[in-house]
Amino acid sequence: MCSNIIEQANIFGSGKGAQGWFELRQANVYYDHPFHAPLDHALTIDFVNHDLGPSARVAVEMTADSARELVRCIEAALAAGADAHLAEGPMVAISVKSMP
Amino acid sequence: MYEGQIAETVFYRGHKGDQVIAYYARPLGAGPYPGVVVLHHMPGWDEWNREVARKLAHHGYAAILPNLHYREAPGASPDDASAKVRAMGLTPDDQLIGDVEGAATFLRAQTYANGKVGVMGFCSGGRQTYLAACRIPSLDAAVDCWGGRVVAKPEELTPRQPVAPVTLTKDINCPVLGLFGNEDASPSPADVDQTEATLKQHGKVYEFHRYDNAGHGFFAVDRPNYRQYAAVDGWQHVFEWFGKYLSA
Repeated sequence: MCSNIIEQANIFGSGKGAQGWFELRQANVYYDHPFHAPLDHALTIDFVNHDLGPSARVAVEMTADSARELVRCIEAALAAGADAHLAEGPMVAISVKSMP
Repeated sequence: MYEGQIAETVFYRGHKGDQVIAYYARPLGAGPYPGVVVLHHMPGWDEWNREVARKLAHHGYAAILPNLHYREAPGASPDDASAKVRAMGLTPDDQLIGDVEGAATFLRAQTYANGKVGVMGFCSGGRQTYLAACRIPSLDAAVDCWGGRVVAKPEELTPRQPVAPVTLTKDINCPVLGLFGNEDASPSPADVDQTEATLKQHGKVYEFHRYDNAGHGFFAVDRPNYRQYAAVDGWQHVFEWFGKYLSA
């Protein structure tokens, strides 16, 4: 790890980790050396709930191109969804900030 | 000749007397053995870093690998602990220094110790190694393996890591070996140039080796950045360095 760049989003949702489903509170996003993916650098997203301890985490590591494709798909899926569905609950990022 | 080593987890007192867990590998013999504090990379207190400790033990060093993420995530897997520490803003520099001082005290207290202690680290641990060389005058040698942000821009400084280690270079009190890949972005070749120029300016004992066709983390056999030539040559320099400066 040689950058301390991290983007953090407060989120509401659920993730399935090693111990089963749990409530998600934050998503930490960074581009750095991965833990597992066979890449020099990877876009990593840690979906976590800090209140439940460090093991309450769903982690993904992918190439930059994969991440951009994922962003495109997320945007497309949201756009395709009915507005009524999108308005149903607290389900998207409330705020996004950078580490100080 | 008999050859043997033991590797086990131990606890020692680190920063502010906190209990720190460490992986500790040493030769099975009467000594005297030099000690090395190994500072793990950001992926955490993982299997590869344990291999480093055992390699050092195989070459006649008592090597201690503190879990720098222990406080924030005791008992967690290395990757979960690393993610937690990253989200918190990384390991505080003052805490790191206290943990290295405690580890050096632990090493020197052993009956088989020769009294000399070096420090070696990788990636974020390379930066921490350089910082330790600046702030712990009792260290006898340092090996910085591709530490990024030794040269840091003002916007990269944080409350937990408030200083670019290169600015403390005048305080270095031990010889510094540096190993770097010319294809690395952090530290970039320009960063390494700046660090080297600062060491030279302050008249420090140092040796830098830079490798073409190598980027970041070229010792790590479990990662795609492994480079056989650079790794073999680099390890040879490590053992020459420690052999020269950690012998009693």
